[in-house]
Parts: sequence; C-alpha cells; structure tokens
Amino acid sequence: MANGKVIVIGGGLAGLMTTVKALEAGLEVELFAYGPSKRSHSACAQGGLNAAVNTMGEGDTTWEHFDDSIYGGDFLANQTPVKGMCDTAPDIVYLFDRMGTMFNRSGEGRIQVRRLGGVQYHRTVFSGATTGQQLLYTLDEQVRRFEDEGMVTRYEGWEFLSAVQDDNGVCMGITAQELTSMEIRAFKADAVVMATGGPGMMFGETTNSTLNTGYAAAQAYMQGVKYANGEFIQIHPTAIPGADKNRLMSESARGEGGRVWTYKDGKPWYFLEEWYPAYGNLVPRDVASRAIFKVCVDLGLGVDGKNMVYLDLSHKDPKELDDKLGGILEIYEKFGGQDPRKVPMKIFPAMHYSMGGLWVDFDQMTNIPGLFAAGECDYQFHGANRLGGNGMLSAIYGGLSAGKGVVGYVKNQRPSDKSAALEQEVLKQKEDFKAILQMDGSENPYAIQNELGDWMTKNVTVVRYNDRLKKTDEKLQELTERFEKIKINNHNLWCNQNAVFIRQLWGRLQLARVVTLGALARDESRGAHYKPEFIERDDENWLKTTIADYSPNGPKLSYEEVDIQYIKPRVRKYDVDKEETMHA
Amino acid sequence: MPKTVQLKIKRQEVPESQPYWEEFEVPYQKNMNVISALMEIQLKPVNVKGQATTPVVWDCSCLEEVCGACSMIINNKARQACSALVDDLEQPITLEPLTKFPVACDLMVDRQIIFDYLKRAKAWIDVDGYFFSGPGPKVSETTRRFAYDLSRCMSCGCCMEACPNFNEKSAFMGPAIIGQVRLFTLHPTGQTSKDQRLEALGGKGGIGDCGNSQNCIEICPKGLPLRRAIGEMNREVFGYKVKKWLKAD
Repeated sequence: MANGKVIVIGGGLAGLMTTVKALEAGLEVELFAYGPSKRSHSACAQGGLNAAVNTMGEGDTTWEHFDDSIYGGDFLANQTPVKGMCDTAPDIVYLFDRMGTMFNRSGEGRIQVRRLGGVQYHRTVFSGATTGQQLLYTLDEQVRRFEDEGMVTRYEGWEFLSAVQDDNGVCMGITAQELTSMEIRAFKADAVVMATGGPGMMFGETTNSTLNTGYAAAQAYMQGVKYANGEFIQIHPTAIPGADKNRLMSESARGEGGRVWTYKDGKPWYFLEEWYPAYGNLVPRDVASRAIFKVCVDLGLGVDGKNMVYLDLSHKDPKELDDKLGGILEIYEKFGGQDPRKVPMKIFPAMHYSMGGLWVDFDQMTNIPGLFAAGECDYQFHGANRLGGNGMLSAIYGGLSAGKGVVGYVKNQRPSDKSAALEQEVLKQKEDFKAILQMDGSENPYAIQNELGDWMTKNVTVVRYNDRLKKTDEKLQELTERFEKIKINNHNLWCNQNAVFIRQLWGRLQLARVVTLGALARDESRGAHYKPEFIERDDENWLKTTIADYSPNGPKLSYEEVDIQYIKPRVRKYDVDKEETMHA
Repeated sequence: MPKTVQLKIKRQEVPESQPYWEEFEVPYQKNMNVISALMEIQLKPVNVKGQATTPVVWDCSCLEEVCGACSMIINNKARQACSALVDDLEQPITLEPLTKFPVACDLMVDRQIIFDYLKRAKAWIDVDGYFFSGPGPKVSETTRRFAYDLSRCMSCGCCMEACPNFNEKSAFMGPAIIGQVRLFTLHPTGQTSKDQRLEALGGKGGIGDCGNSQNCIEICPKGLPLRRAIGEMNREVFGYKVKKWLKAD
C-alpha cells in the first residue's frame, strides 16, 4: 500500500487498461463498475483497432495514421495527444497479441489488417467483427489474474455518485452506491480515474448499451469538471433501427466490400461511390451519414419511401464473410430476420459516439487535481469526427496514459488525510437519494426520458438549425422543471432501478444542454457538426475547443486554443485523394 | 382492439422472500423483443388486473447478444432476452430468473460464481508485463478460428443453467469454464503454463464431473464448439494425469 491507492470507475477497455498499468506499477486499485467487465459497452465495438502495422507492405506509417486522424477530425483535436496515440498504436496491438487476443491472421500467421472509413490504407486489425469484445475479454482476464493475487478489488454492481475533494480541492475519493442493497459509502483514494463511457442514452435511440447513461461524466461536470466539445456527436451511418435500440452494423461491412445504395429511376444508385470517387463507400462517418440523410430526407429516395438505404454484402463470398464479419451478420440475422449473405441489409444512421467529453490535460487529468478521465468520457482524441477503428485505440491509449499519469501523480502529490469531506458527502448523497424516493408528483420519468431522446435525436444530430436548437434548449429547461414533479412508483430499498434511473435522468438533462447550447453557439460546419445555414468550416472564428462550465442556470461556454503544431489545417474533402488537398 | 403481448413473470422482491407470479399485458410493436416488452412495463407498471405494481427488475446492457447480461428463462428455455423476439414466442410469454444462481430480485441473478471459477481455472495468458516488447507468437489462421470461436463466450450462464451436473450440490465448474481452459491451452504462450489449468480441470469440480448430457452444446446462444472443447480437454487432462503419475513414481 506504500505506493498509493487508485480508484478506477468503469470496467470497459479504458478502465481495465488503466487498472493494469497502475497495478503493474505497484499501486493498489479498487475497480468500480455497474457490473462484470464482460457486460461493458466496449464489447459492442465491432470493426477493429487502427494501427500502422503495415503488414501488407503498403508503406503505411504512423505519421499517415496521425494525418488521417487529424484530417478526419476536421482539425479540432489537439495534435500532441493524437500523435502519441498513433505512434503507440502498433505497440498496443503487439501487447494485446502477447496477451492472447485472437486477431485474424494472414496465410503466414501474421496479424491481418482491413480498411475502414476515411483512410486509403489497410490499417485496422480485427478479431472477426467482435473486436471490442475480444480486446475487452483480454484485459478482463489480465485483471482477473491480479485479482487472483489479491492486488485488485472489484466493486461490481456499484454506481459512482460523486468525486470528493479535500479542503484544497484535491480529489480524495468517491462516494458510490451498491445497486442491490442501495447502500451508499465513501471510498478514499490518492487518485480517481473516470472511465465511464459515453452519454448515448441522452438520445434515446442509439447504438449504445443501456448502461451508457452518461451519468458519471454529468455528475463530474456538475461538480466543476470542464466539459469540452460536447456538441460533437457522431452519428453512425449504418445501424438497424429497432424498438429497444438501434443496432450497429459495423463500418467493417463496407471495409470488406459492402456497398451502399438505393433505387433511382428504377435502377440501383451507388450514391457514395458516385459522389466520393476517391473513398467510395469508405468515406468517414459524418460524410456518409449526411449523404444518407440527403438521399432519404431531401431527395425522398429511401428504400420503399422510408428512411433507410441498402448496405449490400450479397455479392461477396459467404465463407469469407463468416470469417471476417460473422458477429455482425449474426446480429442482422437474429434481429432483422434476414440473411445478409443473400439479401441487402436495410440501414439508417443512428447516434453512436461522443467526441466531446470531460476536459483533460495531456496526462488525462481533469481540472480537478487527482481526478483523471479516459475513454469515451473524455474529449481528447477525435476532434470534430472520429474515424472508425480509432475508438478502441483511444480507449486503450487513454487508459495507458491515465495509468501512467496516475502513477506519476501519486508519487508527488497526495490529498490531505482529513476525511471529514468524505463523511459529509456520504450524508449529502444519502439525503439526495432519500429525496428521490419521496418524489410524489405526477410526471413519469420514463416519459420524460422518451421526450428528451426524441428532441435530441430530431434536432441535435446530423443536421442542425439554430431555431430548432433554441427550441430544444427551451424544451430541455421545461423537462428540467417537470423533473421536479416526478412520481416514483417504487420505494423499495432493494434493487431500486427506478430511483437510480431518476438520478441518472437529472444528469442527462444537464449534459443535454451542454450538447445543445454548444451546437447553437458554433456557427460553422465542422466534422459531425453540420449547419446548412453555416455550411463552411470557419477556422478564423471557430478553430477552438468549446469548454462548458456548469452553473445552476445552464452551461457557461468559453473557448480554448487548439494545438495545431504538427499539421496545418487544410480543406477537408473526400471526393479526391488526400494528396490533392495538400497542394490546394 | 390494438394488438397486445401477454407476459407471465416470476417475481421475487428480495433473496429471502417467496417468489410469485404476476401477469402483464403490454402494447405490441413490430419486431419487439422481450426487453422492449419489459421496458413497456417500466413505462406503465400496472399488472393485468389493473393494479399498480413495481416495475420488473432485470439485468441488461448491450441488447445485441454480445454482453451476456440479460440471460433468463423464457418459455422454459435459458436464453438472452434481447434476442428473444416476441413474434417467435408462444403467449403468454413466461419469464423466470435462472435457477442455478441466487436471485437478487425478480429476473436478476448473481452470477459471480462464473468469474470465481474462471479465476480457479487460471483463464488468462501469463505475460511478463504490460510494457512493449514486440509481437506475440505467430498463430495459424486455423488455430485462430477455433480459438476465436471459444473466446466469444459471454459468461452468460445459459450452459450452466442447462447442465444437469451444475447445481448447488455439485462442485462442477460448468461447460463454459472447460471451453475457456481449452482456449488458453491452445494459445502458444498459454501452452507453456497449461499444467496449472489442467490441474484445476483435473481436480474437484473439474471435467470429471461432466456427465456428457451435451445440453450445453444445444443451449449456447453463441454456438461455442463445446463438444470439441470438452472432448479435447478430457484427453488432455487424462494425459496430464498419466504424466504426473509417471513422474511421481
């Protein structure tokens, strides 16, 4: 215990990577999560992990990966951490290879690579079409190894409630609640790492898991952590709409030759190939989603007049498809009821990922000393749009950096040993929880959630208009008022999922305003943020990071300069090869 | 009359209390699954008699059958609630918690024992550290395919539920654990430390307790190659025991 104790919140890729690095350095770790790691949303990541391993002799380099990522993110990402991530990516792949991740292999037994969007090289290593699941399991197994040696304690089935700061504002632990017994406790630590994933449930219809409530990040924001670039929300072009969730159809379907089309004048129209000859079906996600929107909404050419287009793999060899895409074909078969090896899949864009998140420095520390963040809950690596295959990479690299950051931090700084703040915070959290159990108005929290999701999906996704954003913010304020009048229909002090849902809903409403008002303020189009009224990227006024600070009356926005020391911003277009944009 | 879905749910407030059945009728939607039916109850927690009740508690996460969280017994079969489509199910749809794991509340059970057994079986690769030191061993694509199929195990518990030899009276660790041991004895690095895993699988609660009912093969939602894994591990464990006996002599 001499080396210090770290609390990690979140059992997905980022949290587990942080845990392993901290344990290796001799720190004691307590790992908190909603459930066993295998249930984490990282399991849903499908396509693969980008790394310039260059196993196909194409001359791919880490610099090219770096440039693609910055260009793909429309120059909004700070370049130093992105460069670090791309430089480290091949080593990360080899580390997972040593730990036993079953990456697909070439005939020679080497790690195979495929193409994903926004890139002209084969750069994505993969494990069938369930790569996230495989990487997650690999790290989970390693943490179990440490657990067997008694070096890490897992608190599974717990929800993070708040970070606790000492008198100097230094993070000294957390409060958390056990979700069966509903017991609320404080836990002391020398540093805390949030690896709590994305805020997908804010949009209701999303490819995210039900546990991507965004609550932990929202709570950190309400406690004074800056939230950066919240308005940058990725809409994945290819998802299967469903009653309970929109299921992802991985970009790797297009990477392995899938074509997107609809009928025009009675004939198949491959609109992505026509509009973007240089990248074809593998344009980045923001570009593909806008194109599908244009075809369905503006031109009214969706399949059967509905909001959907075809994603077609039926021309490919079924055996090869099973090896490389088995996992996602199974999903379509089970949930869509048809065999995608034989008939084209019907898909439509859906909310998928948040590029924005908790502000962190280059060591992954937030503006609260001793409180770190990594994975989708931070804002670090993707700028205005994330490239496919960079999500898992950033979760792992962010986790590595946070692990190293924490080890360095606890060497030099520790919170003061006064524990009064911990006890006070437990009392406050117990009071807050009691208040939720006593809510006796007339509003249904699930109905408020449905309205929140509908408004956010309609107005704050692919196409954004200022008047609608304004109305959405008014709606959010109305929902916040109605929140106070919720009636809770479950007063049990055992497994009370309703009380927990209500608490999370409050955080979600606060964070939804950050996303909406950030979008309203940003009068330009950049990456995933697209305003028809301001169609151009405006570097002069808007090449800057949005920072939201919490206030009870709504977020206060300010802006921070972007680190562009390596690559000069240039025009971003995917109808031509990247080289052409460099000489424009 | 709008179309509805009939559900009969086995409920239990706390681990010590008696379970009871409660029936519900929820609005039908095209393509709905058991999860969306449970979500309808959440939205309007009223039973078929028109009485206000508490919403049903269950476990779920990914809703695309990759996380293993939402296992329950649906019309007498252990499976994932997310991939159980209402159109394919006879009504009233009966929902019960898994019976081989302690009930926490309603349909939610505690499956910690699966992870404890994975610990006992040393189901991991012993790497020297988490620094960077080049690629791992080469693996043939044929081996990779078998290993990948095994490594898709979600620890959902369905095979344990279906296995007659996995129960509270037996120490049997269950089919999923045998599959994971096969996975880690397959990997080139895992092979170098396979004795510790064979020791666990040859001992109490190990493969000797498998009664070869093959229910696991039928029930696994991911179609894991458990038949092959169990067969091969039987041989490996036997070989290991012979080798150990010869050495001891």
